Amino acid sequence: MINLTINSKPVSVPEGSTVLKAAEKLNIHIPTLCNHDDLCVVGNCRVCVVEQKGARALIASCAHPATEGMEILTNSLKVRNARKHIVELLLSEHRADCTKCYRNQNCELQTLANAYSYGDHLFINLIKDHEIMIDQTSASIVKDDSKCIRCQRCVRTCAELQKVSALAVSGKGCNQKISTFHDRPLSHVVCTNCGQCIIRCPTGALTEKTQIEQVWDAIYNQGKHVVVQTAPAVRVALGEDLGYDPGERVTGKLVTALRQIGFDSVLDTDFSADLTIMEEGTELLTRLKKVLVDGDKETALPLFTSCSPGWIKFIEHKKPGLIPHLSTCKSPQQMFGVLAKTYYAGKRKLNPADIVSVSIMPCTAKKFEANRPEMRASGYKDVDFVLTTRELAIMIRQSGIDFRALETDNYDSIMGTSTGAGVIFGATGGVMEAALRTAYEIVTGKEVPFKDLNIVPVRGLEGVKEASLKIEGCKKEWAFLEGVELQVAIAHGLTNADKLISKVVSGEASYHFIEIMACPGGCIGGGGQPIPTNNTIRQKRVDAIYAEDMEMKLRKSHDNPEIIAVYKDFLGEPNSHKAHELLHTQYIERIRN
Amino acid sequence: METKKLNKVDLIFEHVDPRVILTKAFKMSNDDIINEVIESGLKGRGGAGFPTGMKWKFAAGEKSKEKYIVCNADEGEPGTFKDREILDRVAYKVYSGMAIAGKAIGAKKGVVYLRAEYKFLIPQLMMELDGFHTLIKDIGYNFQIEYKLGSGAYICGEESALFESIEGYRGEPRNKPPYPTQNGLFGKPTVINNVETLVNIVIIVNYGSAKYKSHGTRFSTGAKVFSVSGDTPNPGIYELELGMSVLEFVNEFGDGDTKAVQVGGASGLCVPRKLFASTIIGFEGVPTGGSVKLFNSTRSMYNVLHNYLDFFNEESCGNCTPCRVGCQQLLLGVEAVKKGDMKSSYLNELAKLADTMKVASKCGLGQSVGNAFNSILENFREEIIY
Amino acid sequence: MYQIDNLVKDLVKQHGRAREALMPILQGVVAQHNYLTDEAMVEVAKELDLSAAEVYGTASFYTFLDTEPRGKYVIRVCKTITCAMKGKNEIIEVLQEMLRINVGETTLNDKFTILETNCIGWCHKAPAILINDTPYTDLTREKLVKIIKEYMHQ
Ligand SMILES: Cc1cc2nc3c(=O)[nH]c(=O)nc-3n(C[C@H](O)[C@H](O)[C@H](O)COP(=O)(O)O)c2cc1C
Ligand code: SF4
Ligand code: SF4
Ligand code: SF4
Ligand code: SF4
Ligand code: FES
Repeated sequence: MINLTINSKPVSVPEGSTVLKAAEKLNIHIPTLCNHDDLCVVGNCRVCVVEQKGARALIASCAHPATEGMEILTNSLKVRNARKHIVELLLSEHRADCTKCYRNQNCELQTLANAYSYGDHLFINLIKDHEIMIDQTSASIVKDDSKCIRCQRCVRTCAELQKVSALAVSGKGCNQKISTFHDRPLSHVVCTNCGQCIIRCPTGALTEKTQIEQVWDAIYNQGKHVVVQTAPAVRVALGEDLGYDPGERVTGKLVTALRQIGFDSVLDTDFSADLTIMEEGTELLTRLKKVLVDGDKETALPLFTSCSPGWIKFIEHKKPGLIPHLSTCKSPQQMFGVLAKTYYAGKRKLNPADIVSVSIMPCTAKKFEANRPEMRASGYKDVDFVLTTRELAIMIRQSGIDFRALETDNYDSIMGTSTGAGVIFGATGGVMEAALRTAYEIVTGKEVPFKDLNIVPVRGLEGVKEASLKIEGCKKEWAFLEGVELQVAIAHGLTNADKLISKVVSGEASYHFIEIMACPGGCIGGGGQPIPTNNTIRQKRVDAIYAEDMEMKLRKSHDNPEIIAVYKDFLGEPNSHKAHELLHTQYIERIRN
Repeated sequence: METKKLNKVDLIFEHVDPRVILTKAFKMSNDDIINEVIESGLKGRGGAGFPTGMKWKFAAGEKSKEKYIVCNADEGEPGTFKDREILDRVAYKVYSGMAIAGKAIGAKKGVVYLRAEYKFLIPQLMMELDGFHTLIKDIGYNFQIEYKLGSGAYICGEESALFESIEGYRGEPRNKPPYPTQNGLFGKPTVINNVETLVNIVIIVNYGSAKYKSHGTRFSTGAKVFSVSGDTPNPGIYELELGMSVLEFVNEFGDGDTKAVQVGGASGLCVPRKLFASTIIGFEGVPTGGSVKLFNSTRSMYNVLHNYLDFFNEESCGNCTPCRVGCQQLLLGVEAVKKGDMKSSYLNELAKLADTMKVASKCGLGQSVGNAFNSILENFREEIIY
Repeated sequence: MYQIDNLVKDLVKQHGRAREALMPILQGVVAQHNYLTDEAMVEVAKELDLSAAEVYGTASFYTFLDTEPRGKYVIRVCKTITCAMKGKNEIIEVLQEMLRINVGETTLNDKFTILETNCIGWCHKAPAILINDTPYTDLTREKLVKIIKEYMHQ
């Protein structure tokens, strides 16, 4: 242990701890900006400088190791002067139009300004109005360099967590900035639209492309029937943006709020998550049969899940050779979208042209996905608008709704009934667990051999997870699977995904089925979720997801009566011709840069 | 006034037989080499002036199979051009110094990081390097040196930025600690020394530390190669003993009208006429990597300051806030005061900002901008305003 | 004309695929091709398994790794203090007159580019310039005219 004092208070920390961590232990607050628990330390903003007695220069507490006998002052005159200057310098290279800014009231720079800068700005404004460039080309991400303070969190996120590096630091000195490849528009580079950079950006320099106004327009348009679907991860995170602590489930209030906002029908992506399980589970079993029985060389195994559009785009850009491994199933959002304008329209006797389909997603990549040309199987744009969890919170606030005071309510029908299997899609490992609950039962006629159906080995926030499940007691038609050890793996965050699939490609590991989510933690840690998102918060949201699952009456996708009905009345059976037409898709190779 | 002559010496460029030097050094124990260097009082010639022997001692104490000796030939400090001359004339002494350092700390690999602006020297340097490799093999020792080229970035002279550059990244300085002797090139213990420092090693081995120390002063032992430029009838490269006053220097090199001397390049200090007599050039006074620039009374110190700030504005790596934004603010600030867009009292604000840059910047670049800025501002405030 | 991707492949063969090969490879492209085309950066990124943005980000840090079109002869005029004091402006004037371009521009025949640069280490022989790798020092109007004329005829 290392012993030091901070503001004269003694503290002991393990060797290798930073001064910042030591201060945290004493509950002494040191402001930070570039520092982020998910990312490597760079120590570039210098907001966290503190004084070490006897040293000429100040030290960056986030980067400096605590050493024996150190005497640290976090609030000396020297520190205060420097910190104020640094905040003022950041503000001078920042276009502070807080009243118009997406991050107003949830902005780390604003918080710092609030604490350290008052009255007139000290320094000359470096933002030249005619040079302001806002990149709006991406369907998901808006990049406004005039708000960027060069903390490089986005760059580190994109490189360390996502292994994409669509963003990099470019130039030097006064020309240093955050760039795509040769400053190309974000829509034309390798960006997966995951939005992980957004949830780590301390300012409004990176935000999602919002569609709030378009959604309001649709709602106010009397001629339109506006349906809304809500993704599983939204219900365990929305509360954070409305004053609740992380981990609070607000499902029932969410439904009520959406009705009050004016949606004509409040439905659930969990329904189409169940549908995805039916389609993907069947696809897996079919592929296994083709490979194991027919010896088909064309069929690719392992099968990769396809519900994460960030992951899809990653493969399309970076590993197009692996496209055959991707499940052809559309994501739950898109399955829902296409059914809304076909099945639902028919049942409710609506003209699909008059339906506006809105989805509430924890995800920014879903905005891009909804715009893909492949996603028009209904003959219309299957999903018209995608809002993030954050955008929904804004709409709720705009409506003057007192969220806490709301009654709870249930989803509408049809396409509003779901199972616990659909809910757990929101957490890493969830799709795998849901798929196993169903596939095992299809094959053996028995429930998966786990207590309370909880397949614990696939759960948790570890980056790459592996599990195997021995199939025993197969039904006649699945006899070829008798005794097979089903090998599965799960990764979340694209860096982990890349590690996992590299092992597959190199032959170092072999699996039958792999679940990948582009975002750390799965959708609960999505790029459209409330800010901040960090490991503690992710864990709370995960816990909430599994609690929600446990409370559901039905826990297995194939038990969902609405799923049974949609096959009976409309689709025929899983992977039927019609199902293929509507619920499956294909992928394209994209440029690498 | 009768003026004292400067003590010129000829140690750096003097020809020696590298075989003799190396054979002598390789016969010494590692501790003996390091102690001899410590004893000599040699301080780094790259600008920061860290005691070379101590640096070696730290690196020698690190347990690692792989270690590196890096020769810093990035020489980007405005007004410094002595390393080019040294490499041009006595590269074999630089290589010898590296091999001796390698022996002392247990490193088998050396890298010379040469600035892009000196690329024209490469054919000649490589030829000499081949000769050196043959010689060292002949002596029965194993030490390999390779060249890495910079690509035009002053900050890559900063040791950790230099490592980043060799490793293929943007030349942005690392956080310290850890220091290069623990965690340097490719994460291995590394001794990085300036070109001239390494030649001094050869001098120390050749003459012994006692003789070496007889040059210079107690705190600034040995001699130093000076790069003299500006308003002087005799610009060029001179090897002089450390410890002279600026006045003595001006008497030798001035044009009779010197009003200010910038010691240590853009990141050094500006010495005005009234302080010539009391300012010592050396580690006890104003240290320098070798650059001394003279300005006569026809020069506008506003232009000088502006030129330096423009330099830093472009050459800051941009990584940390105080330096990236601070440099821009200092430059725009003096421009605004000059134009009358800002009151002259804004200069006080800028001086305080410069103080912040000194203590809060991540590396030596941002930290020294404040020195240069304040030393010109303090002494030539009128010229900045009017 | 050689193909840029072949050039990159050759350089990769020479320097390898590790990250530390990036600078020598980029330097090699510039030495042959005067600047880094987008195509070259993409190719390098592919070979070294980096993203193109990372390659661009690294290249754009270094003044000598131009990512904008440059002529066959890149003239870098030192603008730091001593050269500025000793006639840098006149050097620029002469160059602009002779080549009919401004600083930062490239002649239509892609032969010359004029740039300003920071201290190149010849302050005692100011004013000084670099033409590609070659320094020219103690310049006067006459000397410079002669040098440029020679390049024009090459
Ligand atoms: C901005 C900056 C630029 C530097 N440039 C050089 C340089 O060009 N050459 C050099 O030898 N040292 C330079 N240094 C100092 C090096 O970081 C390092 O201290 C030196 O190479 C150590 O060698 P020495 O102890 O032999 O002087 C620079 C430092 C800074 C902060
Ligand atoms: S990013 Fe923050 S400080 Fe900047 S305008 Fe937006 S809310 Fe204000
Ligand atoms: S959205 Fe994701 S892939 Fe795109 S720049 Fe941000 S972190 Fe990188
Ligand atoms: S875009 Fe945001 S996260 Fe990226 S460097 Fe700028 S302020 Fe930081
Ligand atoms: S002080 Fe300047 S050069 Fe050094 S790290 Fe900061 S920005 Fe880069
Ligand atoms: S938080 Fe420590 S330097 Fe940014």
